[in-house]
Amino acid sequence: MENLISIFVNSVFVGNILLAYFLGMCSYLAVSQNLKTSAGLGVAVIFVLAITTPANWAVYHFLLAPGALSWAGLPEMDLSFLKFILFIAVIAGMVQVVEMVIDRYSQTLYNSLGVFLPLITVNCAILGTSLFMVERRYSFAESVVFGIGSGTGWALAILAMATVMQKLRYADVPEGLQGFGIRMITTGLMAMAFMLFSGITL
Amino acid sequence: MATAIARPWAKVKKSGSYKAVAAALWRENPISKLILGICSALAVTVQLKTAIVMFLALTFVVGFSNLSVSLMRRVIPRNIRIIAEVAVIATLVILADEFLKAFMYDVSKQLSVFVGLIITNCIVMGRAETYAMANPPWPSFVDGLANGIGYGSVLVGVAFFRELLGSGKLLGFPVVPQFLYEWGYTDNGLMLLAPGAFIMIGLFVWLEHALLKEK
Repeated sequence: MENLISIFVNSVFVGNILLAYFLGMCSYLAVSQNLKTSAGLGVAVIFVLAITTPANWAVYHFLLAPGALSWAGLPEMDLSFLKFILFIAVIAGMVQVVEMVIDRYSQTLYNSLGVFLPLITVNCAILGTSLFMVERRYSFAESVVFGIGSGTGWALAILAMATVMQKLRYADVPEGLQGFGIRMITTGLMAMAFMLFSGITL
Repeated sequence: MATAIARPWAKVKKSGSYKAVAAALWRENPISKLILGICSALAVTVQLKTAIVMFLALTFVVGFSNLSVSLMRRVIPRNIRIIAEVAVIATLVILADEFLKAFMYDVSKQLSVFVGLIITNCIVMGRAETYAMANPPWPSFVDGLANGIGYGSVLVGVAFFRELLGSGKLLGFPVVPQFLYEWGYTDNGLMLLAPGAFIMIGLFVWLEHALLKEK
């Protein structure tokens, strides 16, 4: 249990998927102009990560890992090189299923999340979390917590950025630095603040 | 004499390939102008070596994915084109990843998940979708390579300064002379950490905007 809490805290703060591993920058830069859409995308990312990370864990451990196919009588098969293509397929499929389920059961949620769901397929935070999950050899429970934790960390970062951007509208930024440049530097300062959490040990 | 030297250069300047590369390097640079593919640009620039390897891997993937998508552009049904493009890209990324694991194991360990993340790199997807789907194979291939080079120029530039300021080395060789350290110079450890990457790329883009404006 302690282990799970520490994975969660670590993936939200110290190892923040966006501020420490730079994943999901594209949609982060595209959407962080607006607080409301940022919140919508943040929730959608948490949701999709919480589903796809365990799903990819299952795919990896029952189909791809060395020796994983022993239940099918092929104990020496190692298909782990196929993980990229299978993970992205699982993510694309899952996003589609989630979209259809939400559309069927909750029209309000669909209206607020709907436009973001297809975008999420190509968000590198999603694929990155699955690849980190393999690289760090997480168990099933750990992969669930890690998925939710990274999603929360990403949502936190994009919300913080959207808030800063709203204040920054009134600031006098040097001309060449406007737009992309100042946003990168602001993100850098935010990343510095998040690094302070690395002193915390649970 | 001068004209003799200048003439082949002028011919090169007129060719479509030159124009594609020049555009990707400056006006339509995928990273600093179109803001695509930032994730990996930040993560692999701690050292010059990893940045160069990443640049080559991405150029390979984007060049050949453009070529294959362009060759298949008439047979791919419109509705499932995204999935078809992803399948092509993922196959090329697997090739690049297996190659790195076989021949440059230590670099591949340092790049960790970021080679795999070329799949979701918006540059590759973006070029396949906007250029290769509508153009013949050869221009598409050149366009892919040009965008890889544009991406690499920012990557190598950022990595150069991060490695130089952060650890006083270039490609792993110490370049800051010892007497500077004795006079009290220290490496800036912040450059090796995540915030250093963000700030460096911000300043880099500032410099590029300033230079382009004068032209």
